[in-house]
Amino acid sequence: MSHWIILPVLLPALVAPFIVLAARYHIGIQRVFSVAGVVGLIVIAAGLAWQASDGTITLYQLGDWAAPFGIVLVGDRLSTLMVLLTAVLALMVLLYAIGSGWDDRGRHFHALFQFQLMGIMGAFLTGDLFNLFVFFEVLLIASYGLMIHSGGNVRLRAGVQYVLFNLIGSTLFLFALGSIYAETGTLNMADLAQRVMAIDPSETVGIRVAAVLLLLVFAIKAALVPLHFWLPSSYAEAPAPVAALFAIMTKVGAYAIIRVYTMIFPPDLEVTAGLQSDWLLVAALVSLAVGAAGVLAAGKLDRLVTFSVIGSMGMVMVTISLFTPESTAAALYYMVHSTFAAAALFLIVDMVKSSRADLRLVAMPSIAGAVLVSALFFTAAIAMAGLPPLSGFLGKLLVLQASFPTDAVAWVFGVVLISSLVNVVGFSRAGSIVFWKAKSVPREEGDVLLAPPSTLSYLAVGGLIGLLIMHTIFAGPIHSYMTTTSQQLYAPEPYISTVLETPGKLSKPKEGDH
Amino acid sequence: MELLVASAIGILTAAGLYLVFRLRTFPVIIGISLLTYAVNIFLFASGRLTIGGAPILQKGVEGVIYSDPLPQALVLTAIVISFGMTAVVVMIALGAYLGGDDDGVNDPVEPAGEGDKP
Repeated sequence: MSHWIILPVLLPALVAPFIVLAARYHIGIQRVFSVAGVVGLIVIAAGLAWQASDGTITLYQLGDWAAPFGIVLVGDRLSTLMVLLTAVLALMVLLYAIGSGWDDRGRHFHALFQFQLMGIMGAFLTGDLFNLFVFFEVLLIASYGLMIHSGGNVRLRAGVQYVLFNLIGSTLFLFALGSIYAETGTLNMADLAQRVMAIDPSETVGIRVAAVLLLLVFAIKAALVPLHFWLPSSYAEAPAPVAALFAIMTKVGAYAIIRVYTMIFPPDLEVTAGLQSDWLLVAALVSLAVGAAGVLAAGKLDRLVTFSVIGSMGMVMVTISLFTPESTAAALYYMVHSTFAAAALFLIVDMVKSSRADLRLVAMPSIAGAVLVSALFFTAAIAMAGLPPLSGFLGKLLVLQASFPTDAVAWVFGVVLISSLVNVVGFSRAGSIVFWKAKSVPREEGDVLLAPPSTLSYLAVGGLIGLLIMHTIFAGPIHSYMTTTSQQLYAPEPYISTVLETPGKLSKPKEGDH
Repeated sequence: MELLVASAIGILTAAGLYLVFRLRTFPVIIGISLLTYAVNIFLFASGRLTIGGAPILQKGVEGVIYSDPLPQALVLTAIVISFGMTAVVVMIALGAYLGGDDDGVNDPVEPAGEGDKP
């Protein structure tokens, strides 16, 4: 049994206490270790993704206990892809946090950052629903600390909302887990997939309630309308690098929906038939519309970006909820794109904020480093709004193409195209007010121009934009990889047999006690 | 016993939800605590209710009453996590209350600098 797959969880779990204990008062040493840890994560994640790319499913049994009894970590194409995405995003965000000095505006940024990564990695790799809950809590408790990093009344208040909403979400998650355990007697995902199939169609009340509760929990994480209310305030008030890292957190919800509703409750399962097409799709389309409306209506630049995140999550969820192999491939392509685009936009908003009195969309004297920042905003906005030539456009094409053979084609086409148009209008309005009109507002006497963002900040945002451009250039190979990934998801038998049939302690009941 | 446990879960959940909807931090935190108590009992009951059963399956003995050990482990984990989370939220809420002199949970109706149109 190879131990590599647990390293994405272990490495941050070791780096974080080291930073707290040994490098508490030395921001320089903290930075070195934090960056080294994340670079190490990228290497490990790339190795795992390479290992999984030929369809191998890596299983790790904690304590060598066999699957339904012990907790397992499973690395297939989807989980390793998400792990790699997280590691790459984390590096860019970390570089920005260092470049802009955000990490020095409060204590323990780097330690919390590493704990957050540990939770996210664990959530992507685990093969057990209760363990998923535990990793959700790990990432949430770190995110509470990050969310209120560097303090301030407005931020604390938004932090209270964020924490309370997520506490209620966690309680709901426990209710869902309790009902699943009561109905099936297991919480291992592979084992669940088999047992749910064996449930008598006449006695499905409990398992249907559990499936809906679980969907609600993941929808809260993915900020699906009408469960999105926590997102705008918390993301807008969170420190910019934290908001950028949170771009992956909504994807944790999307990942969990893909995983659970392709393996445990697949779309052709009679017990939960209609849940995806009747409810998820409608909620996703409404999210897309609400996101677009918010982009147009936002009075501040940071709110505009948060609503564009809701819109892009709506887009991801529309594609996921079609539940065909093609649509899931399109959803994965769009998910990667939307993570980088959202993170880049949050960081750019912070660049604007650093030399502007506030983020209201009114004409003010031009910001420091306006040329570069506006170029970056222009590119990121094109990506987010889904205009050619960047990957947002390709992603949208894939989404539309995937929806073509389904019944929902008219709705998907209508909402996606109209919301794209509204997004374009909203972003161009914001961009022209913040960057263009600024030229016509004279600078007041004695008003000094603040220092432009540091080179490292530009490098980090440029890196994200560069990744988006790579995502566009290599769209062909990436999309074919996503297609094989989604084929693996819709043929879960190898996953299930790997998890359940690998021998370990207790795998044969005859062996007796230990 | 089923009636007692079920009604306890129901009453705790209802009271918890009512307090959560008060939208002021102190009642909301108490409400969430009640909700976590409810969910802990719920998790405990998900392994079926037994009285006086040891959590051990004995080999070769049929029909013996035993209690499912897994939900007990789940409840322990859930208790620890919810306890820690409650402590965190109390601290953050206290900070927000002392700083802003307001214990509402919603966004303020008209915060400074927001919503002013040019």
